[in-house]
Amino acid sequence: MAKEPEEHGDAYESDAYESYEPEPGSALERSDAPQNPGLPDEEHRITDKDPKAARTAERRIAMFFGLSVVGSIFATVAYVIFPIIPGDMTSVRLNNGLIGLGITLGLLGIGFGAVYWAKNLMSDEEMIEERHPTRGDDDTREKASQIFTDANKESGFTRRSLVRNSLIGALLATPIPAVVLFRDLAPAASPTEKMKQTMWDQGVRLTRDPSGEPIRAADVTIGSAFHVIPEGLKETKSGKLEEKAKAAVLLMRLPIEDLNASEERRDWSYQGIVAYSKICTHVGCPVALYEQHTHHLLCPCHQSQFDVSNECEVIFGPAARPLPQLPITVDEAGYLVAQSDFTEPVGPSFWEREL
Amino acid sequence: MSVATNTEQQKQEPGKGMKFTGAAASYIDDRTSASVAVKTLGRKIFPDHWSFMLGEVALYSFVVILITGTFLTFFYDPSMTKVEYEGSYLPLKGVEMAIAYHTALDLSFDIRGGLLMRQAHHWAALLFIAAIGLHMLRVFFTGAFRKPRELNWVIGFVLFVLAMAEGFTGYSLPDDLLSGNGLRIIDGMVKAFPVIGVWISYLLFGDEFPGDQVIPRLYILHIMLLPAILIATLALHMVLLVVNKHTQFAGPGRTNDNVVGSPVMPTFAAKAGGFFFIVFGVIMLMASTFTINPIWNYGPYDPSPVGAGTQPDWYIGFADGALRLIPPGWETVWFGYTWAWGVLVPTLLLIVFLAAVFLYPFFEAWVTGDKREHHIAQRPRNAPTRTGIGAAGVTFYGVLWAAASSDLIATHFRMSIEGVITFLQVLLIAGPILAHIIAKRTCLALQRKDREIALHGYESGRIVRLPGGEYIEVHEQLDEHERWKLLDYEEYTPLPVRPNEKGKITVGRRLRSAASNWFFEDRVSPVSQKELEKQPH
Amino acid sequence: MTSPKHQRRGRRHPLAGIALLVLGLFVTGGAYSATTAGIASAQEAPVPSASLVEDGERLFLANCASCHGTNSEGTEAGPSLIGVGALSVEFQVGTGRMPMAASGPQAEKKPVQFTQPQIDAMGAYVQALAPGPTLPDPRYYAGDGDAAVGAELFRINCAMCHNVAGAGGALTEGKWAPAVVDVEPIHVYAAMVTGPQNMPVFSDMNLSPEDKNDIITYLQYVENNPSVGGFSLGSIGPVAEGLFVWIIGLGVLIAITIWLTAKAH
Repeated sequence: MAKEPEEHGDAYESDAYESYEPEPGSALERSDAPQNPGLPDEEHRITDKDPKAARTAERRIAMFFGLSVVGSIFATVAYVIFPIIPGDMTSVRLNNGLIGLGITLGLLGIGFGAVYWAKNLMSDEEMIEERHPTRGDDDTREKASQIFTDANKESGFTRRSLVRNSLIGALLATPIPAVVLFRDLAPAASPTEKMKQTMWDQGVRLTRDPSGEPIRAADVTIGSAFHVIPEGLKETKSGKLEEKAKAAVLLMRLPIEDLNASEERRDWSYQGIVAYSKICTHVGCPVALYEQHTHHLLCPCHQSQFDVSNECEVIFGPAARPLPQLPITVDEAGYLVAQSDFTEPVGPSFWEREL
Repeated sequence: MSVATNTEQQKQEPGKGMKFTGAAASYIDDRTSASVAVKTLGRKIFPDHWSFMLGEVALYSFVVILITGTFLTFFYDPSMTKVEYEGSYLPLKGVEMAIAYHTALDLSFDIRGGLLMRQAHHWAALLFIAAIGLHMLRVFFTGAFRKPRELNWVIGFVLFVLAMAEGFTGYSLPDDLLSGNGLRIIDGMVKAFPVIGVWISYLLFGDEFPGDQVIPRLYILHIMLLPAILIATLALHMVLLVVNKHTQFAGPGRTNDNVVGSPVMPTFAAKAGGFFFIVFGVIMLMASTFTINPIWNYGPYDPSPVGAGTQPDWYIGFADGALRLIPPGWETVWFGYTWAWGVLVPTLLLIVFLAAVFLYPFFEAWVTGDKREHHIAQRPRNAPTRTGIGAAGVTFYGVLWAAASSDLIATHFRMSIEGVITFLQVLLIAGPILAHIIAKRTCLALQRKDREIALHGYESGRIVRLPGGEYIEVHEQLDEHERWKLLDYEEYTPLPVRPNEKGKITVGRRLRSAASNWFFEDRVSPVSQKELEKQPH
Repeated sequence: MTSPKHQRRGRRHPLAGIALLVLGLFVTGGAYSATTAGIASAQEAPVPSASLVEDGERLFLANCASCHGTNSEGTEAGPSLIGVGALSVEFQVGTGRMPMAASGPQAEKKPVQFTQPQIDAMGAYVQALAPGPTLPDPRYYAGDGDAAVGAELFRINCAMCHNVAGAGGALTEGKWAPAVVDVEPIHVYAAMVTGPQNMPVFSDMNLSPEDKNDIITYLQYVENNPSVGGFSLGSIGPVAEGLFVWIIGLGVLIAITIWLTAKAH
């Protein structure tokens, strides 16, 4: 490979950078590169040649700045004379639009005025600045290196290895308390147990979201979809959303002949009425787009699809597991109730899920 | 700065106020030695090219974000305590919601100019990250990341990631249904992480999802920690910009050892300063005429409902798209522990992609072995393989991005979601390869065309009949200043496999030679002086 | 907002032209949405007379029987209409979905092919075949309910398919949930009761008639009130916003940078 940096050598030849000869790598040396023709002659603008044009430009710039003042005043006036009338959406829109347009004019006036000034009246002659290698020159580097050497000698940083190593050890140890301090960001109890339980239990009624009214089996006509929360959730004071995030259920009624239930789940449904967790097994969006004829459930976030007639098995999209089914039955009063909690954790997969 | 106005200036009558300015400058310099800074920076030269302004768009958007964001903090309260809505938006009256959402609604409906500031803040945020993205593409495709600017590329990359983090934390603050479902997705992704996932989620949310902690915590990240780091990193970015000086495109009079352009004072300062007001103005124009993130449509966060078309802001789209493109059933249970590949694979894919962007300058430096400084920005065609790699990366990102709106593509173009996703899955793998080949071949073809034009001029369209009856089209020569732009680039050769000092051929050397061959085997040499002279003019 | 005081001021104000223009845009926009939303078909539930049923049968045989069978028993091309009721006919024919122009993943909304009396006649015929849902009392779709309750019910029961702002969304295998703004209230009501195509049924036991009226009230609120922040970009969320900022926002700024860095003449 070529050792000499070709054509870039000029600046590096000065004495200050004697030791600086960077490798060109696999760049090809060009002995017969064409010559740089140098800067072309400056073309003069109309405003340079014609004082009248310069005065016109001056007036135009002043007009831009004047418009800016008008815009700022307009925005201020609009703030006062287009107030928000509570509940009147048109007044909000006017307030937003007119204050905004006033400020826009105030800003664009300054912006275009300044740029127009720079382009037409300030000198547009191109100026040249020399570059130097980014590194310090040899002398400076030598001095800097000497400072490190002296500092090392005076402190004994490399010589007194016991002191140095114990300092490094101490520095590494100091952040440990900081890590521990973050433990109480969450309560003491382990989350994994909580993640495997929901509010559903034997005899808990299925109720409508958000009213909390219980649902009779007879209310669920074929083709219906009900959005369901467990009885008592509505009255819960603390942890309501946390419980809802696990317990939300979609209730659907299919023609009984469309339902293919496995042996152990045969009595988990009631007259074609089935209840499935609404929380996607992919990353937890509510899966709620139910198609009553295809019996497909679609998640609107990542398009996972579940087949309700086949125990919500995944038929498309990134989900890996079927939606958990809530076993249901009917109580003496004819209301739908859960037979038990879900038999597996709901929602997205996690490390300790199968433990 | 010296107060002593020289006689020549006095003759030119610099205008009124000069005396006061001089006195003020002297007063300040006596106490700060500010004249040193003015002397070194005041006449610094900045080259002019529209693509050099993209970073400025990003910088100015960020300033707008700081200004509007400060206004928002005076009215917004990040509490997740539940209250009943008593504001003036009728369809939410009496609905139970977090105070955070309530105050965000009040900003929109009950505070004059509040909606304007919210919208300006959000538009500026989208513009900020878009401008950073475009700025990075400019730097990449012109090779402006080469020595001595590799570190500034790294700093810029950190800024890009910080900007995305700022965007995501801010997007979540209103605690509306859309952003709540976004947090739910983050929760689901975090939980999939082996060993620590559940605990990370538990600590972040302060309880089971959603808890009542996450919004205040994100708020502190959004308005204090992240902006502090961002501003410090940005300052470093600017310092290195000044130290390295700006790159310039090849042109007459422009060499690797100079900068040609306009000085900071006054021309560049006026242009850049004016441009700040223009960027601010354009953002305000968008904020006053186009609705962004109508949080009142979404309602307060509730884990049960969801809206069709639930998407993140554009800059998180590529991550959402990666999640959507995974086929069903990717999960295994090993020794009782669950490995959710459906989430882990796309997460790893994104990390690898971002790492590749981060490390690219070092990879190219390793391939070329070139240790010299480069200050001439390359035209993309003059680095065909790099341009091909960039095109592949853009395609890869673009496919992921498109996948995040697969449902909207399906409904707007009357296709099925399944069809769109399957097509994008194929395109994610085939697209980058095709894009690389097409871009590289196009670059080589353009280089050949440039060579032709440099040597023979361009076709003038004028047909001339020679005395012998032959017709020819006259080729018009470029003037030497125009021609120089086509001549000034460097050529690299492929590196053969060579043994090292110990006479061994290491795996590293083989790899490097293979990469070098991939980069430089197909190339078009720049025109030499001899070739130029041979041509009849 | 158009107080006399403002008008006096506006005449003198240098930006009165712009203000008036903006005002004019808002007024025309508001008037447009007010008129389009105001047309609610409020006809009485038809009393089925023998002649009406006969008219309906004739129309049915001429226009529907090829797909639904001469006795409405259904064929491969179209489902049985036994028991779907007059309300289904009102929805399917009254929105132009039936008769279908071409087979596809689902029937599309298009210009209505029949007059209201013809639709009523076909409804009476289908109702006479076997009883099904009939037209409701107009007070249940008058749109005078509680918009806040309606909005919450809409988010829970409807938004996942139809989008939070009623702009519509995608379903599986090329189907889609249509936009529900600018739809006549009777048809919104009918869709909930009859569950057309793949939409689930929301019977009165699930959403009471009052609930349905609340939902219609909310939808009318969305139709009748302007998008407060300015143009709405289709209410389809962050994707439209992202495209806008890349194409228009950055596009305009790049155009300005090109002007800014170009040399003046």
